[in-house]
Amino acid sequence: MQALDSKAIEVTDLTVAYQETPVLWDIDLDVPPGVLLAIVGPNGAGKTTLIKAILGLVRPAAGNVLIYNKPYVTQRRIVGYVPQRGSVDWDFPTNVLDVVMMGRYGALGWIKRPGNRDRELAMHALEKVGMENYTTRQISQLSGGQQQRVFLARALVQDATIYLMDEPFQGVDATTERAIISLLQELRENGKTVVVVHHDLQTVTDYFDWVTLLNIRRIASGPIEDTFTTENLRETYGGRVAFIKNR
Amino acid sequence: MDNFLFLTRIDYTLIVVSLGAALLGTVSGALGTYAVLRRQSLLGDAISHAALPGIAVAFLLTGSKTPLILVFGAALAGWLGALAIISIVRLTRIKYDSALALVLSTFFGIGLVLYSLIQRSGNANQAGLDTFIFGQAATILKRDVITIGILGGIALITMLILWKELKLLIFDEGFAASIGFPTRLLDILLTSLLVIAIVLGLQAVGAVLMSAMLIAPAVAARQWTNKLNLMVLLAAAFGAFAGVSGTIISSSTTGLPTGPMIILCATLFVGLSIVFAPNRGLIWDTIRQRKNRRSLKIAAGRLLEEPQQESE
Repeated sequence: MQALDSKAIEVTDLTVAYQETPVLWDIDLDVPPGVLLAIVGPNGAGKTTLIKAILGLVRPAAGNVLIYNKPYVTQRRIVGYVPQRGSVDWDFPTNVLDVVMMGRYGALGWIKRPGNRDRELAMHALEKVGMENYTTRQISQLSGGQQQRVFLARALVQDATIYLMDEPFQGVDATTERAIISLLQELRENGKTVVVVHHDLQTVTDYFDWVTLLNIRRIASGPIEDTFTTENLRETYGGRVAFIKNR
Repeated sequence: MDNFLFLTRIDYTLIVVSLGAALLGTVSGALGTYAVLRRQSLLGDAISHAALPGIAVAFLLTGSKTPLILVFGAALAGWLGALAIISIVRLTRIKYDSALALVLSTFFGIGLVLYSLIQRSGNANQAGLDTFIFGQAATILKRDVITIGILGGIALITMLILWKELKLLIFDEGFAASIGFPTRLLDILLTSLLVIAIVLGLQAVGAVLMSAMLIAPAVAARQWTNKLNLMVLLAAAFGAFAGVSGTIISSSTTGLPTGPMIILCATLFVGLSIVFAPNRGLIWDTIRQRKNRRSLKIAAGRLLEEPQQESE
């Protein structure tokens, strides 16, 4: 039982199916605290579904998820979530500060409105992502990278211990990517656990210290040096991996 | 005050109907904002058509035309219709738009059958039930206005109390669920608020046109503002104004139906807003594009004239 104490996230026998087709099959995954982990796999490998299943957003056909040995519902306050940027309508009538303050809604609970303290926390998070000059900017007028920074700031406001991020680098420019990764590394230095759905195989070894290779089944999971091997990649991507690596 | 007394002497009915239409416009305009922002504009149409058999059944069971009873029947049927759509989408592979069309026409069909049965039954009390199909604002009485005021007020207060939760639900449902808000429950609640707004308008505007009352004010309001609270306020104001102006226009000329006039006023606001609103409006857009093109041309011209200077 002692070993259990050192697991930030523990997934056992997780299977998720959408209308008979399994999207995730019998996944076991242990994430130790304080790692920066990339979930890597081809399109349709179930990366987003895995994150959503950990968050309880999709109902698994079988299996179990524990956050520090307890079910997610009791651990919500220590988990921060960054959904895919494309999952919301950015033409929604609101501004940057308002979106970031949504990260406080969980702590606020029902009915209570955000106050000055929440505004301060949101401002602080916006400074962290370099968006402090955009507080009143309409969200429809943000670039892709700025949208991503706003979503990150919203998660930072949650002041979580574990962060789950769905493709935070998707469609952002190189500068923003560098800014985001140094922020994630800073989170890890502060003892947070950060799980990131990632697409770019080229940067995995530079950015992350752990990796989970996923293609409906869990192919491999562990520290980069042992896990991010050519054989594992080949198994995850089939024959296409050679092409990807040669690029 | 003098003006008001003058009006009461002229036409008490006009005041009652206007007040009813204004309240109705306020409630449906404010709540319609949520339907528009959720891209569920057609859900209102399905609910209003689905509400019809509820009115017939309520009348058949009670033999009464008390507004509260009929509204209750309408709400129950409208709500069942919405629930049917949600369940069909969740449990089968039928897509949202197909489910919507199926439920809308099935419920509306049942409603029409029940109405003709009631008419043929020779019940002396049945006269006027069919106003719910096309609406007849002139039949609005003081007790209807009170019903609209109370139920609409409850719906609006609920909306204000759950402001933050509903906003989060519409903007980012997944995130809302991840931090522990019961999104399915909130979804049902929001749908119920829409059902209330819709059934309150059936008598005045009718099942066929009611969804426009929900959508038009919100679409117009979106053109003028980038803030959710202002959008709700503006939509409520547009709805109320459409209600009053439609009523007054139709009463000034004989033979103009009130419900459709209200809808035409509301859609006129949409047209004006699409053309004239700053930032999002067509005229503004054209001017901005022309300005951009001109400044681009100037910049390009300068580049061609003195390329060395620009490349520093």
